[in-house]
Amino acid sequence: MKILIVGGGMGGTILGNNLARRLAQEIKASKVQLTMLSASDKHFYQPGLLYLAVGAMMPDELYRDQASLLEPGIDFHVDPVEEFLLDDNQVKTQSGTTYDYDILVIATGSRPYMEEIPGLAENAEMFYTEEGALKMLARLREFEGGRVVITVGVPHKCPMAPLEITFMLHDFFKERDILDKVELYYTYPIGRIHSLENVAKWATPEFDQLGIKYETFFNMKEIDGDNKILRSEEGSELEYDLLVTIPAHKGMEVVENQGLGQNGWIPIDRLRLNMEGRDNVFAIGDTTNLPISKAGSTAHFEAEALGENIASMVKIGQSVRDYDGKVFCFIEAGKNRATYASFDYLNPPDPKPPTRTVHWFKVAYNQLYWASARGLL
Amino acid sequence: MAEKIVIDARGSFCPGPLMELIAKLKSAQVGDELEVLSSDKGSATDIPEWIAKAGHQIVESREERGIWHITVRKMK
Ligand SMILES: Cc1cc2nc3c(=O)[nH]c(=O)nc-3n(C[C@H](O)[C@H](O)[C@H](O)COP(=O)(O)OP(=O)(O)OC[C@H]3O[C@@H](n4cnc5c(N)ncnc54)[C@H](O)[C@@H]3O)c2cc1C
Repeated sequence: MKILIVGGGMGGTILGNNLARRLAQEIKASKVQLTMLSASDKHFYQPGLLYLAVGAMMPDELYRDQASLLEPGIDFHVDPVEEFLLDDNQVKTQSGTTYDYDILVIATGSRPYMEEIPGLAENAEMFYTEEGALKMLARLREFEGGRVVITVGVPHKCPMAPLEITFMLHDFFKERDILDKVELYYTYPIGRIHSLENVAKWATPEFDQLGIKYETFFNMKEIDGDNKILRSEEGSELEYDLLVTIPAHKGMEVVENQGLGQNGWIPIDRLRLNMEGRDNVFAIGDTTNLPISKAGSTAHFEAEALGENIASMVKIGQSVRDYDGKVFCFIEAGKNRATYASFDYLNPPDPKPPTRTVHWFKVAYNQLYWASARGLL
Repeated sequence: MAEKIVIDARGSFCPGPLMELIAKLKSAQVGDELEVLSSDKGSATDIPEWIAKAGHQIVESREERGIWHITVRKMK
């Protein structure tokens, strides 16, 4: 039995290690071959980018050698997939190698898609790549005051990022002692300041108290960089001095170009996680079309459910559980406080008032993550 | 006109049915109809409210056994 995982990010790594443990005997006896293909020899802890953008983490803290995180039973290659030949149960890679599989899992993640909005890439700061986060930090350090507009595209990964960066910018300018010269202006695509109703209920008075202004039902249309104006689909116009964006995302180009799903989002069954119309192809993490948060925790919980199911398919010929839609997100709330939201397909979250303890746990998790990726946490 | 595009956003607390609709509308063609399935009764008000602001059209909104079926037409 050949199990092939494409992608060595959060989802792929947690799944690979989970399967290597569950199927250790079968791998040892050469009954199962577990292979992982990735585009990089490094594992990238993306949540750290939020901290990098405000100078609270350094780039070297965000990377580990991918091989060092993997169980020995995993045959790991840095060789990105270029073709998915699903009818033949094969993929072809950049090196020209063809890999056969009995079970394929696609976990290639997502990418910011700035080009969607005219003028966005040229005029906005964003922290969704290392390069972008470092450029944003430089801009923030030299900013002398004015209106900072935060603008949000859909769909985007990390649903808490819009709120978190706003609270963190507030603290950043306060520490620089220029808060009185800065107007923070937050915009959001729907009719409240966060998609989760209970999170919006908690965050709105926090914004009011901190003097953070906000405009809802605001979807970016275009940016006039010469005049520093952001226009919305809903007909609003906002002047800015500094524009910070949480950009819309797409799945990876190869997923889109190979026709696996519109905009690179692979249509899957929400419980079994298999690709529509295919019993032996699965997708987890950001690249799915599921209507749930594109977050590391989603990839993590999906990987655990799928790991259990693939192992049971090998051992008893059938899956044993459904993915329940579980997501868990920390929410940095500024002033060294944080809270969290935990929810699934049936139960909405009920975030508690933010505390310092949760903030320090999140900071600790930025390091503990490496144990989590190894499957030890 | 193409076939109706169905957005199954049942059980979606985050990003939620409206965000799913906004994302899908971007890659739809003018004139396309999109049907959102939502288990959140808030969709019956927040989707029409945004559709009016953004200049699209509500074609139909009905509830069937706790699931809202809201069909919209992309107008621009
Ligand atoms: C600024 C920021 C803050 C965030 N904060 C949080 C947070 O606080 N909490 C949270 O839960 N999540 C957070 N996230 C989101 C989280 O990082 C992602 O949701 C998560 O990494 C998704 O995991 P994944 O496995 O789907 O994709 P990724 O982790 O992105 O991994 C994709 C993998 O696929 C590989 N790959 C790509 N193309 C190919 C190819 N053609 N062939 C083979 N391999 C390929 C890549 O090299 C990579 O290894 C944040 C993200 C950002 C950017």
